[in-house]
Amino acid sequence: MDVMRKWVQVLFFFMTNGYWKFPYTRAIYKGPLKVICSPGLNCYSCPASTTYCPIGSLQQLFAGIRISIETGQFFIGFYVIGTMGVIGGFVGRMVCGWACPFGLFQELIHKIPSPKFGIWPVLRYFKYGLLIFMVVLLPLFAVDEFGTGEPWFCKYFCPAGTLEAGIPMIILQPALRMNLGWIFALKVFILVFFIVWAVLSSRPFCRTACPLGAFYALFSRVKLVRLNLDLNLCTHCQACHDVCPMGVRFNESPDDLECISCLACTKACKANAINLEIGGIPIVNQPKRPELKGV
Amino acid sequence: MKSKNQKKKPKQKNKIIPFVVIIIFIILGMIGIGLDEPSQILNQATQICLSCIGIG
Repeated sequence: MDVMRKWVQVLFFFMTNGYWKFPYTRAIYKGPLKVICSPGLNCYSCPASTTYCPIGSLQQLFAGIRISIETGQFFIGFYVIGTMGVIGGFVGRMVCGWACPFGLFQELIHKIPSPKFGIWPVLRYFKYGLLIFMVVLLPLFAVDEFGTGEPWFCKYFCPAGTLEAGIPMIILQPALRMNLGWIFALKVFILVFFIVWAVLSSRPFCRTACPLGAFYALFSRVKLVRLNLDLNLCTHCQACHDVCPMGVRFNESPDDLECISCLACTKACKANAINLEIGGIPIVNQPKRPELKGV
Repeated sequence: MKSKNQKKKPKQKNKIIPFVVIIIFIILGMIGIGLDEPSQILNQATQICLSCIGIG
C-alpha cells in the first residue's frame, strides 16, 4: 500500500505541476486548467503549476473583498471554500498523505540519514493560528488606504511558495533579482528552517504550520473516507504509535485531527484492527485474528 | 429490540453526515460559480503575483 501511495503522490505532483514548457517560455502556465483547485498546497505562481492553490486564492479574494463588493461583484470566496469543503468532506487530511507535493517533498528529505526527533505536540495548534490570522483575518482587515489587503501567509511565510515559485522565478527571470529584499530573505530562512527540520522530524510543516492541513483537519469526524478502529480486535500493543508519520496514537484517538490516512498503521497492526472505510463500509476486508474467529 | 435500534442510530447518523457536509459545500461552490468567481480565480492564478511570493 505504501508503494501505491507513493505512486499516487507522484501522479498528483505531475497533475498539479504539469506545465513543463516553462524553461522555454520562462513564464507560468496561463491556461484554463487553472480554474481547478489543487487539493494540496501547491503555489499557483510555480512555473509548472496547472491548478490554483486554495490558500493563495482565498487570501487574494479576502484581500480584495472590499473592492469586489463596491464594484458589485461579490467575490467572497464561495467557490474556493466550496471546493475545499468538498475535498475535505470526501477525504479530509488524506490529501496531505496522498496528494500534496510539499508533503511528498518532506517525506523524501526525511529519508536522509540523520538522528530523528519527535515534535512537541502543542506545536500542532500553531497551524490553526496561521489559518485564522494569516489566511483569514489579516487579509480581511489589515488593509491599505485603498481598502486592499495582502496575502499574508503567501507573502511572509509559505515555504512551499518559496520553493516552488520564488526560487524558480528568480532563476528563470534574472531581472527579478533586483527586487529581492528582506521579505524574500525571511521566506528563504523559513524554507531552510523547515527543510532542516524535515530531515530531523517527520512532516514538520504539515504538523505545525500548514493552514490547508488545518482546514482539512476540521473534517476529521465527518469525512467520507476514514480509518476505523475495531476496538474488539485492538490489543493496545501501540504498534500504530511507532509508525505514524504524524505522531498520532491511533488506538487512543482514531479521529485524531492529525491523521493523514497514510495507512502506515494498517500495515503495522498485527491484529488487523484498523481498516479503511468509505461511508462506513470497509473497503479492505482484512482477515480477523485466528483466536477471535467465531467470537 | 429497542436497544438494538438505539445502537444502530448513531452509526447511520455517522454515515449520513459526510454526505450532508459534501452537499452543503457543493451548494456553496455553486453559489460561487453563480457569482462568476472562477473567472476571477483564473485571472489571479494566471498572473505572477511577485509580492505574494516574497519578491518585490
